[in-house]
Amino acid sequence: MSDLRDLYQEVILDHNRRPRNFGPLPEANHQAEGNNPLCGDRITVYLDLEGDRIRGISFQGAGCAISTASASLMTEALKGRSVEEARHLFHGFHEMVTKGEEGEDLGKLAVFTGVREYPMRVKCATLAWHTLMAALDQKDQPVTTE
Amino acid sequence: MTVVDQARASTYDLARVRADFPILAREIHGRPLVYLDNAASTQKPRIVAETIAECYGGWYANVERGVHTLSQLATAQRERARETVARFLNARSAEEAVFTRGTTESVNLVAEAWGRRNVGPGDEVLITGLEHHSNLVPWQRLCEERGAQLRVAAIDDAGEVRLDEFERLLSPRTRIAAFAHVSNALGTVNPVREMAAMAHRAGALALVDGAQAVPHMLVDVRDLGCDFYAFSGHKVYGPSGIGVLWGRKEILDAMPPWQSGGGMVQTVRFEKTTYAPPPHRFEAGTPFIEGAAGLAAALDYLTAMGLPAVGAWESELLALATARLAEVPGLRIVGTARRKAAVLSFVMDGIHPHDLGTILDHDGIAIRAGHHCAQPVMERFGVPATARASFGLYNTPEEVEALAAALHKARELFG
Repeated sequence: MSDLRDLYQEVILDHNRRPRNFGPLPEANHQAEGNNPLCGDRITVYLDLEGDRIRGISFQGAGCAISTASASLMTEALKGRSVEEARHLFHGFHEMVTKGEEGEDLGKLAVFTGVREYPMRVKCATLAWHTLMAALDQKDQPVTTE
Repeated sequence: MTVVDQARASTYDLARVRADFPILAREIHGRPLVYLDNAASTQKPRIVAETIAECYGGWYANVERGVHTLSQLATAQRERARETVARFLNARSAEEAVFTRGTTESVNLVAEAWGRRNVGPGDEVLITGLEHHSNLVPWQRLCEERGAQLRVAAIDDAGEVRLDEFERLLSPRTRIAAFAHVSNALGTVNPVREMAAMAHRAGALALVDGAQAVPHMLVDVRDLGCDFYAFSGHKVYGPSGIGVLWGRKEILDAMPPWQSGGGMVQTVRFEKTTYAPPPHRFEAGTPFIEGAAGLAAALDYLTAMGLPAVGAWESELLALATARLAEVPGLRIVGTARRKAAVLSFVMDGIHPHDLGTILDHDGIAIRAGHHCAQPVMERFGVPATARASFGLYNTPEEVEALAAALHKARELFG
């Protein structure tokens, strides 16, 4: 088993302590809710889309370090990107935490590689991303990673 | 703890107990297993596995149906197991002990078989604010279906049921009060004898969810004065998939069947079927034959250990853990009732219970993190989840120290 520090890297602990882009986004024109009923994790992702571009993004919620840091780093990674790029990143992120494949261009998101060693925590890392997809697709039903 | 209890605890033969549980010798991530998830499920002593192996190797056949020797042996074993259960609960007779799949099925059985006949529009069912979902959702569904009202007696900040409110909510409309003996999420021991008496004074029945009580204390259903008592085998060192519903004979006698099919009938004609008397009336289908034998072995084991001694030992562990965890910076214990049994729920500032679960697992320590199937309890305390360490008869003070040390380490990691 890998060292605990491989999972709880400093970047993750930092984003858990001080989540970026945290709180509602007044100018949001898309939003979605996600939850992990078994964990009690809850998240809302707010998006300000201008055409095909993510002009603003934020999140709010309560969860474990992995889900909070994942949401925080996701918002940092996506601000200013196109919807297509966001979908591409989601795919790459998902492959990384489920199969351990380090895709190109994941940047800081690569700190979540260690999650792959903890199958029970994959849903924590992907909750924000699934919620983001729901916000992009304007789904009314809250998403869940259970 | 009384002086007598202390004397019992000090003579507790821990080494012998631990030797009876083979799984305790294994390692997790290169560290000795520290199993502190007993409220979720307990590990099994060798005698339970041996009993099940003896069943398969020596006397297995279907029960009740055959005239051949093995079938008679299996039937006798099963009825002997039922007698063990009855003795364990100090029931009047073995006929009062119905085998089920577990506490959940026991509660559902009462809610459906008794509830549908006895709870109608305008009636009420009373539960408490600390119930496990399994003693909440079946009643909620019954009330929705029958046009009845579900009432909930709140708990206070310590996690104790407010008895004044419990009594106030009982009325002539209350048909049944259902409450836990011990809270799985908080460890609170409810004054169930008093609560059952209150229910009876209002003309209601009393069902006790004993899943978290039977591993830790002597249960005497006649002394408690309740009408139904439910528990699960797997939480009392027996197999999973077997449990018990104890019911007072006259109430079981008056209840219609629940599931129907083979084994629960007397005569079947296309025009009309007559049903077997309890307990078989509530045991349709081929039962968990080896499970009943395994459960009886577990109960015998626990009885031989002496439940008062087990309870005293676990109280020592709980007291030690409560003191040690209070020393961890930013840790808050959830559930501080005056009487608690073997369950310690807690939260830590800035560290989610799931992170704690992962960090402790890394050190070989198994705890539960989550809402413990008691979401209203989490809501009551304003937390999404808690971490829960729960003790069993084989846990040691060293394991409590290991838990505390790992929590300090988590504190260090998260800052």
